[in-house]
Amino acid sequence: MTFINYAAREINCKIVYYGPGLCGKTTNLQFIYDRTNPAAKGKLISLATETDRTLFFDFLPLDLGTVRGFKTRFHLYTVPGQVFYDASRKLILKGVDGVVFVADSQEARMDANVESLRNLEKNLSDHGFDLAVIPYVLQLNKQDLPTAVTPDEMYRQLNYKGEPTFEAVAPEGRGVFDTLKSVAKLVLMELKKK
Amino acid sequence: MSDFLLFDEEFHQIKDVISRLHKDAQSKVVFIVDKNGQQIAAQGDLETLDTTSLASLTAGNVAATDGLAKLIGEKEFPVLFHEGEKDNVYIAIVGQRVILVVIFDERSSLGLVRLRVRKASQELERVFEAIQRKIETEKDRTDVDSPFAEITDEDIDSLFRE
Repeated sequence: MTFINYAAREINCKIVYYGPGLCGKTTNLQFIYDRTNPAAKGKLISLATETDRTLFFDFLPLDLGTVRGFKTRFHLYTVPGQVFYDASRKLILKGVDGVVFVADSQEARMDANVESLRNLEKNLSDHGFDLAVIPYVLQLNKQDLPTAVTPDEMYRQLNYKGEPTFEAVAPEGRGVFDTLKSVAKLVLMELKKK
Repeated sequence: MSDFLLFDEEFHQIKDVISRLHKDAQSKVVFIVDKNGQQIAAQGDLETLDTTSLASLTAGNVAATDGLAKLIGEKEFPVLFHEGEKDNVYIAIVGQRVILVVIFDERSSLGLVRLRVRKASQELERVFEAIQRKIETEKDRTDVDSPFAEITDEDIDSLFRE
């Protein structure tokens, strides 16, 4: 649900990074934070456990500039990936405008990817959203690891609706901005349709 | 789900209500956030405050508490209060949709804040009902183009240029 503030001439959009535990959602946000001009970003907030596992969410506000005279603000959130945090994960999807699914390319994590994607579909639908309709991008992360499944095979197993798909190595930033740009574009294009 | 649109008229009404609340409750800061974590308006000593982070964390806090309420069979907890050594945070849900936050210190008191918030909440509820009606009307209008109808790929690409 985009928040359009005509008084302040601002568009505020919410993007959620979803995916199984340890797939690299927080790493995506960390890279974006590190590489963004300080004037364009707010504080990166991580509600994490002592062992740096996301407990509730990470949050990064980004000001991307103006489009058609409106300042565009993107609020990036991650969810906690671990299965037992489902109640918290669901809360973060409230009012979402676009979703990035970060898949872990390691062969041993394929089942976890599939399970998390199903969980995303269900949690979105509980909020009245349809994954088939909402702006959605797939990221195949950890493609540099020796046990990585090929992008073709991952796409075969995880593609939902022919969504834009990016290979990534998040700690090095490969694919990170392409993913963000793609989802932001889909969200803004959605405004055009309304 | 329809977008949340905020127009000049209602924005100023909201600003008026929270300015008055800020003064009457002798608070440090008053702000309004929607339940998705977007800040709608703020009033008070804002220079030293990261209001964007505050908005997001407040919404997270309310969302978690809502979840908690449902687990024990309550509809919601309409009021939350956090007491600190110096500063306190009073959070009230307005019209089940937006969150009103008041930060105050020893110059005020919980009783005063509670009293003033109750009155302001009623006024805000009316404003947000009016906004909702306006959004519904706007949705059905076909005679006015949205400012975003003409967004091009070029516009969007320009946002990501260094």
